[in-house]
Amino acid sequence: MKSEKKTIAGISRRNLLASAAAVAALPVLPSMPYITRAAAQDTGPIKIGFPVPLTGPFATEAQDQVRAAQLAVKEFNDAGGANGRQCELLVRDDKLNPGEAATRTLELIEKDNAHFICGTLSAAVQLSVNNVTKARGVIYVSISQSDKISEASDASPVTFHEAVNPHLMSSAVARYAVGKFGKKAVCLVSDYAYGHENLRGFQRAGQPLGLEILADLRHPLGQTDYSTFLPRIAALKPEILFLANFGADLVNSVKQATDFGLKDRMKIVCPTLLYTSRIAGGDEAFEGIAGAAPFYWGIEDKIPSAKTFNDKFKAAYGGRYPSDYGAMGYSGIRQILDAVKIAKTTETKAVAAAIRALKYDYYKGPQYYRACDQQSVQSVFVLESKTKNKRNQYDVFDVVVTEAPDEKRLRTCEELGHKT
Amino acid sequence: MDLLLTQLATGLALGSIYVIVGLGLSLIFGMLHVVNFAHGAFFMVGGYVGVFVFAKTGNFWFSLVAVPLVVGVIGMAVERVLIRPLYGRNIDDPLLLTFGLSYIFVEVIRITFGLEGIPFGTPRELRGAVDIGVGFIPLYRIFLVALTAAILIALWLFLEKTSYGLIVRAGARDPEIVRVLGIDISRVWLFVFGLGTGIAGLAGFLSAPIQSVNPDMGVPVLAEAFVVTVVGGMGSLVGSVVAGLLVGVVVSITSLFAPDMARVSIFILMAVVLLVRPQGLFGRKGAMG
Repeated sequence: MKSEKKTIAGISRRNLLASAAAVAALPVLPSMPYITRAAAQDTGPIKIGFPVPLTGPFATEAQDQVRAAQLAVKEFNDAGGANGRQCELLVRDDKLNPGEAATRTLELIEKDNAHFICGTLSAAVQLSVNNVTKARGVIYVSISQSDKISEASDASPVTFHEAVNPHLMSSAVARYAVGKFGKKAVCLVSDYAYGHENLRGFQRAGQPLGLEILADLRHPLGQTDYSTFLPRIAALKPEILFLANFGADLVNSVKQATDFGLKDRMKIVCPTLLYTSRIAGGDEAFEGIAGAAPFYWGIEDKIPSAKTFNDKFKAAYGGRYPSDYGAMGYSGIRQILDAVKIAKTTETKAVAAAIRALKYDYYKGPQYYRACDQQSVQSVFVLESKTKNKRNQYDVFDVVVTEAPDEKRLRTCEELGHKT
Repeated sequence: MDLLLTQLATGLALGSIYVIVGLGLSLIFGMLHVVNFAHGAFFMVGGYVGVFVFAKTGNFWFSLVAVPLVVGVIGMAVERVLIRPLYGRNIDDPLLLTFGLSYIFVEVIRITFGLEGIPFGTPRELRGAVDIGVGFIPLYRIFLVALTAAILIALWLFLEKTSYGLIVRAGARDPEIVRVLGIDISRVWLFVFGLGTGIAGLAGFLSAPIQSVNPDMGVPVLAEAFVVTVVGGMGSLVGSVVAGLLVGVVVSITSLFAPDMARVSIFILMAVVLLVRPQGLFGRKGAMG
């Protein structure tokens, strides 16, 4: 009897804590590959490594990036590839973790012999991928937002930033909202590069318009409960709530802000009003919320390339509409493959030169790379959530402002530290 | 001052969510001495079952009853088939098993329902915010506080005032004696595991209107539930109630003064409690050896 009790109840705390800690640590153990170095060949399939956060709060958006990237690959292969060389997309889960992303990228380059890297979905994670690609001289096309990646400290002749950036998006929102809805704002931002860069951009563009920031509150990435922030925001009585977070965080904070009755008292604006979050959050939660976007399928009425892209995407995925981040994934992959066709090789220097020279319009109107920082110059759209008179269930936004591509809206090359 | 009071009220409302999240974990540990690492996965499964039942019936209240039953039955199947063979072995074994199980649950849900979050709004009857004198609190959160209290009272009545509750408590203290008295203890454990996982599933469904239902929704919950259980004392129900509320208030007050510290604050709380009172606030000395 004694022994029975011992085995069931007599567990030592030390044992338990030790095993619990060991188990909890499992997922973060680095799985460093046993690297065998073999340079990527200029024959055989064209391999593009695609690390994206398929687990974690941005999984929904990442999945759409994969869908759209696969569409670009399929198009290329169906058209015969480049000189008969087909493309292979190597999708990896970076778990929204900079360390994991660096490891996966290293593996893709060294073990899988990827010719190019495209991907990631975080202002922070892409910097760690960029460190790896930069050091190894591999072309990296980033398809998520970051201001830092264009700065001289992080830029590289083989790094291209296809995505819009926080500076561009938050300033578009400031230009739209400050004055129109009031001048007093509270900012609730995700506490990492994305939130910080957006806050800076909003502040900077808002200042000449008379913006007064009453408080800037930061929440950890992946926060699920916002109730402790919301009463305080209400008490500050702002006219605008600038909400800079992403993915599941955006959905949850907007839902809870609605429950707390915040929307009756202030206008909520987001630097990136995600299509995927809007769909996942539903009409009620997003009613009255405005924000910027790099793409929304509804621009197809005015922009022919958007219509072509939407139709191709819908045909490939059973009528589903492409999302903003998906579209950037498509564009990222397609420009690499177009450049390979032009260069007639997968050799880095030649392909990089071809990307640099591209004047392309794949899904949203004309785009090109600025010479100093290799940031894609492109249009930005300001959207208002739409809950009535919808054409179909995917018709969730009205496009209220279209900002045409303009280098003047980016930070100058000098400011980024590039010599001109 | 008003703000501090609002923050306190918000913290208590948040705390009641922590209570219900910690409850199932604590119950299973207290009675079975199984550290259920699949707790967060059962929470997530509850969210999906709830969304599914609600989509079929359109009735929130019916879903509220169906979810713990369905998840509880899944839990019982897990206990019967996977956990039971491990009783009497090292505590690591069920811990590792449930840890692996949580990955399987998440993958199955991902494969079946995809990575996209599923939208779920607050039920119509419970929408809107109520002025509690010092600020506004959503009606739904007040409902959660009341429901948590009701569940706790029911659980207490069951454990303390019914004869089956007596068997459950006796089984936790000394399973061998209970067995000698002619009671099939394995049936009791089956039931307790079902109850614990059922409550976890219910908590998942209740959180659906607050956050989106997605395959990863259980991940942060597991850590939170552990903090509540450890602070309260492993296996103590009173402990998990007090600890849950305490954690809610700590998070709430911290986010008023140092928002970026809010998440860390609960782990600091846990560390302090472990240093000062290693068995937790209400833990019995010796329950953990």
